[in-house]
Amino acid sequence: MSPELLIPLLAAAVQSGTPVLYATLGEMFTERSGILNLGVEGMMVVGALAAFLTAKFTGSPWLGLLAGGMAASALGGIHALVCLEFLGNQTVSGLALTILGAGLADYLGTPYIGQNAPGFYAFDMPVLSAIPFIGPIFFKHDALVYISFLAPLAFWFFWHRTRTGMALTAAGEYPKAAAAAGLNPVRLRWIGILVGGFLIGMGGAYLSLAYTHLWTNGMSAGRGWIAVALVIFAFWRPGRAVFGAYLFGGVMAFQLRLQATGTNLPSSLLLMLPYALTIFVLLLSAMRGKGKSSAAPAALGVNIEPEG
Amino acid sequence: MFGLNVVKRQEPPKWGSFLIYPGCIALSLCISCLLLAAQGKPALEGMVMLWQGAFGAWYAFEDTLLKTVPIFLCSLGVAVTFRMQVWNIGAEGQFALGAVGATWAVLTFPNLPGWQLMPIMFLSSAVAGCAWGLIPAYLKLRLKVNEIITTLMLNYIGILILQFLVYGPWKAKASFGFPMTEEFPSAAVVAAIPGTRLHWGVAVCVVAAVILTIFLSRSRLGFELKASGESLGAARYARMPYGFLVMLVMGLCGALAGWAGMLETSAVVGRLQPSIMVGYGYTAIVVAWLARLKPWAIGLAAVFLAALRVGTENLMLELQVPAAFGHIMEGLILVTVIAGQFFMNYSIRLGSAEVSK
Repeated sequence: MSPELLIPLLAAAVQSGTPVLYATLGEMFTERSGILNLGVEGMMVVGALAAFLTAKFTGSPWLGLLAGGMAASALGGIHALVCLEFLGNQTVSGLALTILGAGLADYLGTPYIGQNAPGFYAFDMPVLSAIPFIGPIFFKHDALVYISFLAPLAFWFFWHRTRTGMALTAAGEYPKAAAAAGLNPVRLRWIGILVGGFLIGMGGAYLSLAYTHLWTNGMSAGRGWIAVALVIFAFWRPGRAVFGAYLFGGVMAFQLRLQATGTNLPSSLLLMLPYALTIFVLLLSAMRGKGKSSAAPAALGVNIEPEG
Repeated sequence: MFGLNVVKRQEPPKWGSFLIYPGCIALSLCISCLLLAAQGKPALEGMVMLWQGAFGAWYAFEDTLLKTVPIFLCSLGVAVTFRMQVWNIGAEGQFALGAVGATWAVLTFPNLPGWQLMPIMFLSSAVAGCAWGLIPAYLKLRLKVNEIITTLMLNYIGILILQFLVYGPWKAKASFGFPMTEEFPSAAVVAAIPGTRLHWGVAVCVVAAVILTIFLSRSRLGFELKASGESLGAARYARMPYGFLVMLVMGLCGALAGWAGMLETSAVVGRLQPSIMVGYGYTAIVVAWLARLKPWAIGLAAVFLAALRVGTENLMLELQVPAAFGHIMEGLILVTVIAGQFFMNYSIRLGSAEVSK
């Protein structure tokens, strides 16, 4: 493939991988605290709607981003209430959240289908965008993409070098020991869900404010579920999440481009690619992870029972 | 919780389900009312319309029962997999494949008489749905691939296969560009029960439920299935065939969901078209959990959620409420019920902590 074709494709991969990256990091944040949240798909689309509406009525995409994050975080709060306070089943609660979130976004968003909102636009990063090959792929994007470059580093620092980060890991690995050490694992898991939810909402906001600048129903199109799979693929490590997200971004961009060039392949077969790749990627990580002890947080999906 | 003392109950209280479930559903209906009001619609009138749309007349109730059939069949299968703690979210895709399997039979043997074609359709839809359920089961057993995600991805892929076929190779010549197959010949249509608009798929539901109930409560495999769900370690220790059981429940669920897809295509729509995919497979999850995975309760919960769907259609007509309103209500009911089940397993004591065992 010639560079004239390859560079735009890779740049598109970075762009369409970014919402998945935010969602993956958000879910990873939550799961590291020991909570399995299968509501990502619903939270993402609610975040996308809240971001769209806020940006539309205030004119500020940044406020939109904030609203998107907060809306998804609030929806995550339901999950926290159900699983942490009412000790409900995490798997089913997450599914309920997805049904609820998708319904809410459709219901509240229907009057705005096809309408536009101000969003984030690409600009060249000074100096860096001039680097040959790398520049046009990574440094001709919008602000949210640049922020997402820093996110994995920030995550690594947070989890390995800060007290809160290590406490969160303890809540996910062995909440009883965390409690014995004077930490409050329930509160830590609340933080895990709410902060993770905010990031998932940012992924949603990216869809309606940067990837497109308009509202359509069902915007997330399975990206939330792909993010859940990518957390497994990434072995709960942020660096690998970047790789996974861009891989998916690449396949989505490739599929769109192929459709646009008017190929003979039917669009429904092309649309299958990301979903088939998800299964394939899980297979791959399962085969690689064979024999090793699981990389998942030890208490993932296990509720904290009250004493007594 | 909130500074109160939470005490684990030895066993669920007898009054539990009579108080908790109606309470949870009432709470979710209240929130739905608020949502209606937030859009400037009359909330209480809306609830009345919902009720009338589903139960107001025999005609309406027939609609409800017609929608109960696919929800019930999918939910029955989902519940069996959930019993084993196998989180099969794939009824939607298995439903799609069932519809595809049945349509394949109709298009391949268009001239067979009904008494030959019908069994082939039942078989082909069951095989197709079953296959779609066995893929994630195999991956789970062989490579420990998370079945939640594989079943979900196979939903998307299954629906796209259906779309590929009706937009492409199976598209009717006289469809004026609409994505649909030829109308099924009368031999391929599951007939209506005389005097009603209900089709004989209702009988399939009854038979399936009875057989499954007997299987779960009377047979050795049924017992092992329940035991493996409750404690995987103990089941392995007792040398129960865990792998076989997973394949069995996933295949069973696929076949049941496949039949649901076949009945919807053949008896309700009369041809294959993408609009048969309206999320029955996801509703089935809500139903299964609401019914605490018990077959008789699944019947009740399936009627209830089917009524909700039919009632929402009435609401769409009368108040121009988007169809998504029904999904919100489903989600709300599921959320409140999951939270409400807390009170079945725990009691809350006020005051200072006294040591109680």
